[in-house]
Amino acid sequence: MIGTGHYLFLSLALFLIGVVGVATRRNVIIILMSIELILNAVNINLVAFSRLVGSVEGQVFAIFIITDAAAEAAVGLGIIIAFFRNRETVLSDEMDLLKW
Amino acid sequence: MSIQGMPSEYFLAHIWLVPLFPLAASAVMLLFGRKLSNAAVSVFCVGSVFLSMVYGFGAIFQLIARPVAQRVVEFALFNWIPAGAMHTTSGHLINFNAQWGYLFDPLTAVMVGIVTGVGFLIHVYSTGYMAHEGGYYRFFGYLNLFMFSMLTLVLANNILLMFVGWEGVGLCSYLLIGFYFLKKSASDAGKKAFIVNRIGDTGFLLGIFLLVGTLGTLNFTAIRGAIVVGHFAVGDAALTAIALLLFVGATGKSAQIPLYVWLPDAMEGPTPVSALIHAATMVTAGVYMLVRTNAIFAMAPRALTVIAVVGAVTALFAATMGVLQNDIKKVLAYSTVSQLGYMFLACGVGAFGAGIFHLMTHAFFKGLLFLGAGSVIHAMSGEQDMQKMGALGGKIRTTYLTMFAATLAIAGIPPFAGFFSKDEILAHAFQRSHALWFVGWITAGMTAFYMFRLLFLTFMGKSRVPHDVEHHIHESPGNMTVPLIVLALLSVAGGWIGLGGRFESFLEPVLPAASAAVTGAETPELPLMIASVAIALAGIGLAYFLYIKRTDLPDKIAASFGGLYRLVYNKYYVDQIYDAMFVNRAKDLGLTLGAFDRTFIDGLGVNGAGWLTRAISVISIYWDKWIIDGSVNFVAMLARVLSIPVRWLQTGRVSSYAGFIVLGVLLLIGFYLHAAGYTLANLRP
Repeated sequence: MIGTGHYLFLSLALFLIGVVGVATRRNVIIILMSIELILNAVNINLVAFSRLVGSVEGQVFAIFIITDAAAEAAVGLGIIIAFFRNRETVLSDEMDLLKW
Repeated sequence: MSIQGMPSEYFLAHIWLVPLFPLAASAVMLLFGRKLSNAAVSVFCVGSVFLSMVYGFGAIFQLIARPVAQRVVEFALFNWIPAGAMHTTSGHLINFNAQWGYLFDPLTAVMVGIVTGVGFLIHVYSTGYMAHEGGYYRFFGYLNLFMFSMLTLVLANNILLMFVGWEGVGLCSYLLIGFYFLKKSASDAGKKAFIVNRIGDTGFLLGIFLLVGTLGTLNFTAIRGAIVVGHFAVGDAALTAIALLLFVGATGKSAQIPLYVWLPDAMEGPTPVSALIHAATMVTAGVYMLVRTNAIFAMAPRALTVIAVVGAVTALFAATMGVLQNDIKKVLAYSTVSQLGYMFLACGVGAFGAGIFHLMTHAFFKGLLFLGAGSVIHAMSGEQDMQKMGALGGKIRTTYLTMFAATLAIAGIPPFAGFFSKDEILAHAFQRSHALWFVGWITAGMTAFYMFRLLFLTFMGKSRVPHDVEHHIHESPGNMTVPLIVLALLSVAGGWIGLGGRFESFLEPVLPAASAAVTGAETPELPLMIASVAIALAGIGLAYFLYIKRTDLPDKIAASFGGLYRLVYNKYYVDQIYDAMFVNRAKDLGLTLGAFDRTFIDGLGVNGAGWLTRAISVISIYWDKWIIDGSVNFVAMLARVLSIPVRWLQTGRVSSYAGFIVLGVLLLIGFYLHAAGYTLANLRP
């Protein structure tokens, strides 16, 4: 029997993979993908608790987050394309114009 | 502009066109002349003066055709200066108004005839004389502008408009004397003429002001009426002052003592200019002005005495200077000054008509003499020194014969023109004062002497011409000799119109007072005539003896009268005296003012203000640099120092920022867990 704890564990695993990805990778596209992972980890969390509590509010929230993630991906990719046109790079360590 | 009388008086009604033709031509010349060919310039400028002459003479004949009492035409083109109401010194309220108007009466007719007639001949002559000179269009532009100014001067119906013409001819005189402006002596002479004339003009202008203040009008016809209405006594102080001030103006323009010095220098201009402006027309403007305002002078006998004395002294003084000049044009210049002295002598003794008569005959023969001299200079390739001439008579025959006629005329040999006019002046002078007559009489002899000296040195005796010049000698072209011949005929016959007092009776409408004064007294006409012819013949004989018979004598005489000779030869050092007394003092004043400017205005004022500003700005710089900028920099430095500990956080890497976020989240979670009572030991609740 798969309980709430399993979901939480999966969620934690996905979340950690995402965080490590954001913190260690240089390619901004991969960082974006990692953020998607983090968001989906949150979704799993929400759905799991929703089932546990017996309320659909958590699931509604998850659908909102999916929508938001789609919008965020579109905006993020747009920024990356614009940035690439200017600097011809997508590597985050070369985005250092504001560095002191 | 309606003229009462016969409708056929076309020229009288259009007298205003006479000055307009040369004005239009000069405007075209001075604006576009550079682009025109010499032929076009000649046609345009000579044509405009020709039209003026046609209209001028047409008007003269139509004036003569009128009955004597109606021989005055006056009309205004427009109100020029309607200045409004003012009080005269006598307390009358008058309405001052200067018109741009023309007055055409017998006196104007004579002047218009001289100016347009002689002017036209000299224009024709100039087309030959100036043919090979640069600035041909400029020369004719100025000459036409002169014609306009001179005609405005003689046609004006009020003294203010006359003054416009007066200044206009002065300007043209300046421009034409300095025509060869690259030559320093020419431009200096132009300036000298202009400045000396300004001195006279100051007097003239003051006279005009006083005239307005006293009589309240400037109109020539109205002046006569205003004197009658104002009940002025003969010898009235205000009128005498006006007369003397106007005479000061006349001494400047007409080269009388003490302002004659510019005229000899004016010979730097081209010879046709000397003939037209500095002999025939402009320099006689002073005489014309005196005659035009004779109503004032008739009320000022003391002023007339001054004029007579100045005229007589100038006549004699200038004649003595003419005797020793070697430059052919300088002799003629001093002769002009001397003859102008005669005219003033005539005016001074009240014989205004005789003065105008002499003005006319003088215009003929002196214009001719200058044009002849120009022809000689032309033949001699520019040489003006008579000591380098001689025996030219056979080579340039037309010039010689015409100049001979003019010389006889100026010497006063009957029946040539100068005899009649000069004789009339001497007769009038004799009536007034025997001393004045005697000065004029002596001058007549000297005139004959120096003019025949000129003639003998130039055309007769032995040739002193250098060889390289000699084979170039040639008679001038037809457009130069024809004016000479016409003027020669006038010099011979021009005096005959004065026979039997006809000339003066023609002028009678203008000069009622003068002619009345003259006819009254008894004059021994015939003995005076014989005396003046005798002294003229004596002068000629002496000249013949010294410059043909005994050519060695002049040098010996000069040697034995060394001091006197040098004094006269150097023109009594008048130029040097004027330099020492006025010119250099004016320069000193200028230098003093310059030093004042440099020391006080520039030194104390401008430079002092500059120094003060600079000193203040030094303080201001320190304030700016250390206080204003210092506080800004201090704030910036403070921020910089304070930021040192946190600066290392800003790596500029997205991933490190993400790491910080995670770390922060973990710290927050840890903090809340701790606050809720969890420890590492009891993480499981």
